[in-house]
Amino acid sequence: MINYASREINCKIVYYGPGLGGKTTNLEHVYGKVKPETRGKLISLATETERTLFFDFLPVDLGTIRGFKTRFHLYTVPGQVYYNASRKLILKNVDGIVFVGDSQAERMEANLESMQNLYDNMSEYGYDLTQMPFVIQYNKRDLANAAPIEDLQAALNPGWEVEDASKHRVQPDPYHAGQNLVEQLSGGEWVERAPFFEAIAVNGDGVFDTLKAVSKLVLKALA
Amino acid sequence: MTASSANWSFTQDDFTSITESLKRFLGETKSLCALLVDRSGQLVTTVGDATGLDTTAFATLTAADYSANDQLAKLVGEDDFSSLFHQGEKESIYVADIARRLLLVIIFDSRTTVGLVRLRMKDEIEELTLLVDRVFSRGRNGAAPAEHLLKGADDEIDKLFNW
Repeated sequence: MINYASREINCKIVYYGPGLGGKTTNLEHVYGKVKPETRGKLISLATETERTLFFDFLPVDLGTIRGFKTRFHLYTVPGQVYYNASRKLILKNVDGIVFVGDSQAERMEANLESMQNLYDNMSEYGYDLTQMPFVIQYNKRDLANAAPIEDLQAALNPGWEVEDASKHRVQPDPYHAGQNLVEQLSGGEWVERAPFFEAIAVNGDGVFDTLKAVSKLVLKALA
Repeated sequence: MTASSANWSFTQDDFTSITESLKRFLGETKSLCALLVDRSGQLVTTVGDATGLDTTAFATLTAADYSANDQLAKLVGEDDFSSLFHQGEKESIYVADIARRLLLVIIFDSRTTVGLVRLRMKDEIEELTLLVDRVFSRGRNGAAPAEHLLKGADDEIDKLFNW
């Protein structure tokens, strides 16, 4: 939303993913690291055991662009399957999505279920996830039972078919040398994948890389 | 961006009309302040005395509160609950839907009554609905300048991320 009266650009980014994957931890790290004058309060609607019940919310000011204050509203959703009704509400009018996957091999099923749930909830609002700012973060890369990135990519980010022929050109992945975001497979079809990031959110690794990437995509989608 | 329905923009004229309307409402009902919030939780404007109020957090929680109640309404077979009232010991809030796009939040205290706020709210909703419809119909016609504001601003966008 662009407010010409208050000269503000407001964008909504939602962190999605399975329960205990690190969505709230991402926001807590951002809250702890950005200057207090550039962020608001971190609001958590959580249970007594600190599981997200409805959402966490953190407003962050990025700076000024074309004389407009750019403010991002970061939300998490409750990861637990049980809370789908409230999870879906948070997606309303979203501008960008971060999917926080749990790298642990035994959480693969939960990752897949959550990704499917994201697609389903978005399509119920009439949003097409493949046409909007969307990045994936593979969290908990420090754990011994973390699955290889190739396995996570194959399962969660295999790519969607690019039907528009004008977009049939190789687009290198700016974050991973030698890899492409858009490419032609050996079978001839063109596919596009979401940008991905490795993270250890508890100590902040990859948290800002992820946020910067999705924020840029959101602003460039407005441009 | 085609996927999101959140792309719309307010001009200075819209803002002036809305502010004047809300000022009049606050005067007539002796309410403390009014917040106009979009359904995704972003604050559009505040009119009146909001001293000490974290308006950003307030806007987000209002939208979440209203959305949750919207779903509760559906569970009991209603299309929606068109307004919400939360009563406090000193201050109370009244929330009403505007054109299914925005929420009008009125904060008031014992200098007025919920009856008066509710009575005057009906006219205020009609007035704001006309103003808001104008904003959205212009957006659909593509006449709003929002889409062009950031055109060619890639360099500026890149410079934002110097954390």
